Amino acid sequence: MAGVQVANVSRSFGAHKALDDVSIDFADGGFYALLGPSGSGKTTLLRQIAGFDFPDSGRIAIGGESVERVPVEKRRIGMVFQNYALFPNMSVADNVAFGLSVRGEPKATIAMEVQRALDLVQLGKLGARKPHQLSGGQRQRVALARAIVTKPRVLLLDEPLGALDKALRVDMQIELKRIQREIGITTIFVTHDQEEALTMSDRIGILRDGRLVQEGPPEEIYDRPQSEFAATFLGDANIFRGDATGSGIKLPDGTTIAASTGASVPAGAKASCAVRPERIQISTGAAKPDPANANTLKGQVSKRIFAGNNSTYFVDRDGQTLKVIVQNTGAERLAEGEPVVLSWSPDSTVLIAAA
Amino acid sequence: MATTRILEGLGRFYIVLLLGFLYLPIIIMAAMSFNASPFYQLPFEWTTDWYASLWQNDQLIAATWNSIEIAIITTLISTVLGSMASLALYRYEFRGKKVLQALLFPPIAIPWLITGTAMLIFFFGVGIGRGLVAILLGHVALALPYVIVVVSARLQTFAPELEEAARSLGANQWQVTMRVTLPWIMPGVIAGGLFAFAVSFDQFVVSYFLSTPGQTTLPVEIYAAIRKGFTPEINAVSTIIIVVSMALMLLTARFFKFGGEK
Repeated sequence: MAGVQVANVSRSFGAHKALDDVSIDFADGGFYALLGPSGSGKTTLLRQIAGFDFPDSGRIAIGGESVERVPVEKRRIGMVFQNYALFPNMSVADNVAFGLSVRGEPKATIAMEVQRALDLVQLGKLGARKPHQLSGGQRQRVALARAIVTKPRVLLLDEPLGALDKALRVDMQIELKRIQREIGITTIFVTHDQEEALTMSDRIGILRDGRLVQEGPPEEIYDRPQSEFAATFLGDANIFRGDATGSGIKLPDGTTIAASTGASVPAGAKASCAVRPERIQISTGAAKPDPANANTLKGQVSKRIFAGNNSTYFVDRDGQTLKVIVQNTGAERLAEGEPVVLSWSPDSTVLIAAA
Repeated sequence: MATTRILEGLGRFYIVLLLGFLYLPIIIMAAMSFNASPFYQLPFEWTTDWYASLWQNDQLIAATWNSIEIAIITTLISTVLGSMASLALYRYEFRGKKVLQALLFPPIAIPWLITGTAMLIFFFGVGIGRGLVAILLGHVALALPYVIVVVSARLQTFAPELEEAARSLGANQWQVTMRVTLPWIMPGVIAGGLFAFAVSFDQFVVSYFLSTPGQTTLPVEIYAAIRKGFTPEINAVSTIIIVVSMALMLLTARFFKFGGEK
């Protein structure tokens, strides 16, 4: 087991900068998500850590040992591929045994380790099957068992759950997390699914256009995004743009929005504020908003989407559509077209310096 | 309804005609190898004399062995070299790769008569001359493009992540090739090998140019024998070859389930 350090790694393919000076520390035993839209460089970064490709510049270390020029087969990593990449000509047990067998481990050891790995992923009885006789979820487990049986220093997962249907994916998320805790291996997984990143990982790194946008625990990124991109890519956010006042921003129409979290931006500079839809209180003119909600705006409901446990209101305000999520408490629901007051606390407002 | 039945009938008739056209000459030849009359005369009189006299025909037997040896060696060399070339073309990007790939196809299209002439001139030029070695070299050169085309086609269906997965598990290039890639492309390699065998064993034109009276292959020897005067021994040797090669083909097809399974 070992931590992974990526320092100032850049990689270009022709004129395209796939990775641009990326530095990120993966602590020993952590569960990390690399999150980003397609083309953001997250898979390129994973392949650099795996050793399928080498950086143009920068340093990669696994367990303190520089590996940026070490080929994948010598890095002692475990990897799970998006489409599982199980060897079709081998049984499940032979697939799992492959890594031990190419190392020349004795047969008895291999058999024991393979059984233990298969038991860990709850496929103890399916060793004799061929991959094409398994379901998607089972193949996923075999791929995982194959990757961890060699006791790699780090486990790399490339969109491991992308090919599974929703229900199975949630099962596998829990399962993956359990296995990772059980063996305590440093795990880095690539995903474009923000929910997956939020629920599974200890830390998230958000990438965009080959650059690391923000890195930290899910709660921190969600509550204090440092850029509009981070705010809108991880979860939903209402963004207001204006000029910094020192304690918030002033919108072009003169309305001020107070913000007590986020960056400190000198007064007069361009800045924006992000507010999560579930932090906004929505009320008709008659009801009094919470006194702590210093920020208020008037608007009109343009659309309501009922989703059972909550409702999403789209509120038009001066040409901007704001999103508000209200838990279903049984309270009166607002009709489309109704004038409303939106209010929220400065504590829920994140100030972001303009890019 | 009546029309479909007529069409079905016509279809059946067509298949019978096709099979008849393909196999009737062969069946007649096989039958005549057991007929006592050397001039294809009926009534049919059963005999195995021709097979007995074939056994005495040293020239024909020597040529048969030459053909078998050359075909087997050609198959081995061109299958190994061709599969390796296909893997290289699949895995690596290198200068001149496109040109190399483009140069693979013309030899298949160039008439063997021309290839044969060119080889004869070339082998004389470099001092190899005619004979079994020249025939072997010629056959390998003819068979190689077929193997590469067939194996490359199979490689197109290979998922490159499989090699990456094997490498991530610590396998070196040799282990990756032998344990992951080769098993997958094996049906292609076998099919390529069969092509190579057929190209060599059936080869007349190129062999004709490169053989000498003592060092010759079966097709060339049969041709020479027919020119001297036809004997049912030729029927006998042809029948043996057909039976053996059909048995081999059927066996291979059974063992390797071409295109079937995955």
